[in-house]
Amino acid sequence: MAEYQNLFTSVQPVGPLHDGVALPRGDDKRLGTPFLFHLLGRIGNAQIGPVYLGTLGVASLLFGTLAFNIIGFNMLASVDWSPIELIRQLFWLALEPPPPAFGLGIPPLAQGGWWLIVGFMLTVSILLWWTRTYRRARQLGLGTHVAWAYAAAIWLYLVCGLFRPIMMGSWSEAVPFGIFPHLDWVSALSLRYGNLFYNPFHALSIVFLYGSVLLFAMHGATILAVSRFGGEREIEQIVDRGTASERAALFWRWTMGFNATMESIHRWAWWFAVLCPLVGGVGILLTGTVVDNWYLWSVNHHVAPAYPLVSPTVLDPAILGAKP
Amino acid sequence: MKTSLRLLLAALVPAAAALLSGCERPPIETVQTGFRGTGMEQIYNPRTLLKQASLNQAPVATEAASADGPKAKDIYKNVQVLGDLSVAQFNRHMASITQWVAPDAGCAYCHNLENFAEDTKYTKVVARRMIQMTQRVNQDWKAHVAETGVTCYTCHRGNNIPANVWFAPKDRKYTTNSVMGDLAGQNLASKSVGLTSLPFDPFTPYLKDAAPIRVNGNTAMVLRGDAVNRSSTKQAEHTYSLMVHMSESLGVNCTYCHNTRNFASWEESRPQRVTAWHGIRMARDLNNDYMTPLTDTFPAHRLGPKGDVAKVNCTTCHQGAYKPLYGAAMAKDFPELQAVAKP
Repeated sequence: MAEYQNLFTSVQPVGPLHDGVALPRGDDKRLGTPFLFHLLGRIGNAQIGPVYLGTLGVASLLFGTLAFNIIGFNMLASVDWSPIELIRQLFWLALEPPPPAFGLGIPPLAQGGWWLIVGFMLTVSILLWWTRTYRRARQLGLGTHVAWAYAAAIWLYLVCGLFRPIMMGSWSEAVPFGIFPHLDWVSALSLRYGNLFYNPFHALSIVFLYGSVLLFAMHGATILAVSRFGGEREIEQIVDRGTASERAALFWRWTMGFNATMESIHRWAWWFAVLCPLVGGVGILLTGTVVDNWYLWSVNHHVAPAYPLVSPTVLDPAILGAKP
Repeated sequence: MKTSLRLLLAALVPAAAALLSGCERPPIETVQTGFRGTGMEQIYNPRTLLKQASLNQAPVATEAASADGPKAKDIYKNVQVLGDLSVAQFNRHMASITQWVAPDAGCAYCHNLENFAEDTKYTKVVARRMIQMTQRVNQDWKAHVAETGVTCYTCHRGNNIPANVWFAPKDRKYTTNSVMGDLAGQNLASKSVGLTSLPFDPFTPYLKDAAPIRVNGNTAMVLRGDAVNRSSTKQAEHTYSLMVHMSESLGVNCTYCHNTRNFASWEESRPQRVTAWHGIRMARDLNNDYMTPLTDTFPAHRLGPKGDVAKVNCTTCHQGAYKPLYGAAMAKDFPELQAVAKP
């Protein structure tokens, strides 16, 4: 008998390969002949393809590839065109935004000009891809939930790379394109603005981030646990509960007194996930435009507690008139 | 199923081992330095600390010489520093310097053995200036070196040139007129900033020039007009790079000086931060008043890729210890290094 209490899907029902539903008029043809891939079937659907690319997909990939390559060639140039150094230092390399002196002006190519071009291309690519997720959902007759969830992530991307730099009047405030450099940028932003952990929107964002993880684990575990009663047929059970749903609901009512339903749990998950970048973006947007020091803001609002000082009185030597 | 699980394990175990290979082997000891719950603590690995300690031992000082007898300046020619010492004290000092700085080359590293008074070797001119620099540190920078003081050995450790000095970083081969590949002074794995991708030259702006280190504002909200805090995030990255350098030099973490919930606050800081503040100014003073003016004295092969002289930073003396030589009070045996010699 089929079991679902395993890391991997142990059952791979294989039917005839299919292209899927017929597409509305005006849509492109789907690309590629579908085939089966057993190993991928262990974690997902074994059928690979066909893919729908379309005009939006092609345009998005074009801009994305250009941006990716410009970043890559700038990284390569920054290590004197040495491919070995490119691989060795890949995580350290970056394409930096222009220095503060240029404000919102157009800098020379070598001093952030490429960053501006890449930023434009990447943004166009991402927005085209968003339009594609929206259009594909509509053409399939679906709701547009995925597109709006993606838009929440795009909001945070645009806040960091476009909206906040414009409000600050300087492209230099934006994020560099690089692995460690963008993480260092995050640390530096927090250091500059008096500790981002005291930013309540940052705190809220973490609530939704960890909350998403918790909900994901609770939901996944619940459904796997009741799959022996057919619990994975969630959609049918929204309107016709059945014993799997009843037992799942009972479990949570017994353990914490309250339970979501087969439908509402997905709204919980969607909102938690979407609110994570939404509120995070608000917090970043306020940083440096409205609030200059989040720690002091927290002290003013009685969020940061005071602790006894252990060291003897330490005074700023600069105000004590110490020599140079 | 069983076989695939085994296969999975066979793949996961080496992968996990490879990931862990970058980690430091325990034990890790934590020393609390502030109020509970504030994360004010230092982290040490006794194994690495033991190794560090053996690398930072002060040599035993030779026995003090008699102050009696004629003065060095009356017996020897061209004595511009330490001239008020007795001949015996003077020779003891010269022997100590040889032991500290040129144990292999001996007297000939600085002196023409035919005529010790001659200034023909650049090393002698530099050494004289370095003696004055040491005196300056012990006399005027007590805020940083306190009564422990420094000697030549604090930096040199038996090397002709201290093992840790800095030069302005060299330009890359294709940097001039290149339209691509601007590093913006950062984004390379650099030892100078603890292998982060932070700006790799924190020394020129802060230990030579006096660029503002503080980036935090004193008000919660953004002020308007002239009062606005204009420090940029990129500036914060530069400050961060200097702080990483200090942390690496002293073998301590941020909380050695700062309460990390509010880096800027002095009252929540430890007193060590005041000492460090003076240390930054001291390094700047030594680089500008002592090292840079010696640029033309040095031969070209001793200069950096951009023709600048070797300069000091925190590692030059500290070399991984929170106090150089773990606070060994070496200088007390050399009172002639305690005050700037009268010309």
